[in-house]
Amino acid sequence: MAISRMVGARIKRREDPRLITGAATYVDDIKLYDMQYMALLRSVHAHAKITRIDVSKALVAPGVVAVITGEEVRRAAAPLPTAGGVEGLKVPDHDSMPVDKVCHLGQPVAAVIARDRYAARDALDLIEVDYEPLPVVVDVEKAMEPGSPLVHEQFGSNIAYTWLVEGGDLEQAFKDAHVVVKQRMTNQRLIPNPMETRGVVAQYDRGPGNLTVWSSTQVPHILRSSLATILGLAENKVRVVAPEVGGGFGCKLNIYAEEVIAAVAAMRVGKPVKWVEERSESFLATTHGRDQVAYCEAAVAKDGTILGLRMKLIGDLGAFHQLFTPAVPTFSGLMSTGVYKIANLRSEVVGVFTNKTPVDAYRGAGRPEATYYVERIVDIVADELGLDPVDVRRRNFIPPGAFPYTTASGLTYDSGDYELALKRALEMAGYQKFKDEQVKAREAGRYVGIGVSTYTEICGIGPSAALPAAGWESGTVRVESSGKVTVLTGSSPHGQGQETSFAQMAADELGVPIDDIVVLHGDTAVVATGVGTFGSRNMAVGGAALMMCLVKVKDKATRLAAHMMEALPDDMVYSEGRLYVKGHADKAMTIQEVAAAAYRAVGLPPEMEPGMEATSFFEPSNFTFPFGTHIAMVEIDPETGDITIQRYIAVDDCGRPINPLLIDGQVQGGIAQGIGQALYEEAVYDDQGQLLSGSLLDYALPTAAMVPTYELDRTETPTPVNPMGAKGVGEAGTIGASAAVVNAAVDALSHLGVRHVDKPLKSEKLLRVIQ
Amino acid sequence: MARAITVMVNGEKHQQEVEPRLLLVHYLREVLALTGTHIGCDTSQCGACTVFFNGAAVKSCTMFAVQADGGDVLTVEGLATNGELHPIQEGFWEEHGLQCGFCTPGMIMSSYQLLKDNPDPSEEQIRHAIDGNLCRCTGYQHIVNAVASAARKRKA
Repeated sequence: MAISRMVGARIKRREDPRLITGAATYVDDIKLYDMQYMALLRSVHAHAKITRIDVSKALVAPGVVAVITGEEVRRAAAPLPTAGGVEGLKVPDHDSMPVDKVCHLGQPVAAVIARDRYAARDALDLIEVDYEPLPVVVDVEKAMEPGSPLVHEQFGSNIAYTWLVEGGDLEQAFKDAHVVVKQRMTNQRLIPNPMETRGVVAQYDRGPGNLTVWSSTQVPHILRSSLATILGLAENKVRVVAPEVGGGFGCKLNIYAEEVIAAVAAMRVGKPVKWVEERSESFLATTHGRDQVAYCEAAVAKDGTILGLRMKLIGDLGAFHQLFTPAVPTFSGLMSTGVYKIANLRSEVVGVFTNKTPVDAYRGAGRPEATYYVERIVDIVADELGLDPVDVRRRNFIPPGAFPYTTASGLTYDSGDYELALKRALEMAGYQKFKDEQVKAREAGRYVGIGVSTYTEICGIGPSAALPAAGWESGTVRVESSGKVTVLTGSSPHGQGQETSFAQMAADELGVPIDDIVVLHGDTAVVATGVGTFGSRNMAVGGAALMMCLVKVKDKATRLAAHMMEALPDDMVYSEGRLYVKGHADKAMTIQEVAAAAYRAVGLPPEMEPGMEATSFFEPSNFTFPFGTHIAMVEIDPETGDITIQRYIAVDDCGRPINPLLIDGQVQGGIAQGIGQALYEEAVYDDQGQLLSGSLLDYALPTAAMVPTYELDRTETPTPVNPMGAKGVGEAGTIGASAAVVNAAVDALSHLGVRHVDKPLKSEKLLRVIQ
Repeated sequence: MARAITVMVNGEKHQQEVEPRLLLVHYLREVLALTGTHIGCDTSQCGACTVFFNGAAVKSCTMFAVQADGGDVLTVEGLATNGELHPIQEGFWEEHGLQCGFCTPGMIMSSYQLLKDNPDPSEEQIRHAIDGNLCRCTGYQHIVNAVASAARKRKA
């Protein structure tokens, strides 16, 4: 890279002034002329036939302009899409609004469009729906049993797919084993809960026949293509705008029923229609995360070497496939062996329908689950053999000289130095000192524990060939005739801060003031193409596309300046925004002057087009694999079962840092979500498929008083996959955290003979274990 | 039956006729177009709608607009004076106390209450003061730093 002044610096965000003054525009802040409001009546049953819907009273209620039911939506719209990505997948039709049967609580069954949100809500109460309840299946393992109620009868089973990855000779590994350890583990269902719920404004312009949809989405371009297909419109007649988006964490990486219904409604009533999800709706209607049961078996040599791993992962998919529902559990299967050189593997994933909200990507999407299983197994191995868990990790680490390293599941890890991060984290934690003090603490009747989690994960998603959907990203860099720089990216950041980090890169490369740069994203009419924001791809893939553009723009500027100075391009120097012939720095042109000449377009080289702009698509050759070590220290109250995290240490390696301030923010937020899963959060259903933890009253999101201060550091192992050497850091914290915290809790109770406790570690559960 | 109300909001007097059931947060957002105050839940848990009302931080989704009649409201839009950010806003910016920004106005208004009551809070006191405001992005560390930074700045 060029001389880095901006890149690598802790630059405060350029997004923030609008956000801290209340001047940002989220979906619910949009108000269009004659805009109507949509409210949705949702299924109160988890599984039922709809035998009658009567909307006549709602239709004549004050302020109501239309009521829409499933029949009308089905006539106007094809079912919702899934990217699939798994062979032999059973795919049920997923209507945006079901016509005759609901398969989970909260499916929309009617929509009221009215002059304001109060009128729309009032009219919902006037709609009469008769249901004929059907048997419900909630427990994923019961759903696999013969005779279970069927979510989709046409398939004759609730099993949507089985997926298998194998490597090495597992039978031999188990024959050679000194000992075999086994553990059943769960990754409970979580509810993502970005602070902004979803929301849609749809506007249909009858004249040209254009549909514009503002949506709180992570993937505006995928949404545009999908809406065009679903509604039978030409793709170039649909525009999607992701305005300010208040967090996503994977749950806005989707094509949702409400996006379709709002568009149908807007086309029907001929006025703009707004729908904003209430939080209690969000608990039912926005995709959930995790929800796996894992049966893990490790074949282990006497010295703690893990010879082989047999995994059976059961993924509770919920009732339908949303965009990446089937793919998410397979990521767990692919990442089964973590940071360890385990040559022999069999990892089977079974995806199962239940009468619950669909599961899809949630921060880490399959990787936190995988890390949790293998990191727990390593601790169990250590316990079985009387070894220190850190020593077992070191014995099994993929060594730094082994990269690129191909795992038994067929992934190729790009780079890594796991010992580096582990050593730093142990130093920060004072690991041995803690272990010594633990003995004394136990004598005093205190339950204290330390837990280590060494992870790697999949970022920079990713090569198109390895995904069920495209994995490239696009960008455009335009030096305007004034010398200001406009950066367009197909990434769609919603809190990650690429308006800052991309501007840092462009400022360094072009040598222009950062304040002269504007980064635009999220509007398909402004950015022609894109894939979106998920799987830590903004920097590693979108940033790489930006770098390609910057190289092209610099090359054109150099050629033009050379022409104007009657020199050869190879003799030119481009440094800090100035272009000159080598040895003649005093006779330089600025990039601004060169850009002006490119638009003035007089005396350009014969083959050169006017303008100063480049567009690129970056197709990554591989994923990136960041890594790190997280250490939690906990104390459990023997009387109450209350657990407290005393210290939390994280050493993460996300390759070369662009903006360390933003990296710290990503890691900290990720850790809080990982701690949330370890200690607090859980979607609880009763046996009729009613969601008992269906509001923020009942679902324990971590607050400021529930999480510790995080002690962070980083190591830097660049990736060869992109020109910046940056790997991505969006999920790291979440992936490292839940295993570290549970390992610490189990360590605190290990002298009682405890070897495993399933998340979340609520007080009553720990107290039962202690007793 | 609409009722006439008079409310001071960010130093400006507003007179409107509103439905008795109109929530204060909807009044601010939809009648006055002050959309900096956000709605993040429907059970008064998240704190995104926190505003300052008659000298105390309140969740504006738990009040009707008619209850604000004759009162004085301060929202995030009213914090900066003459284009100068309030020290709490500066703290959030400098310490990277926000990511998606959705919880931020509410966080800022709760912090405003804290620093009014306690100009020199400890980390624990800050965490306690913002315990009624949920953030899903930051893990709270940088928010705590932001409030501490604002407190230092105000003392200086």
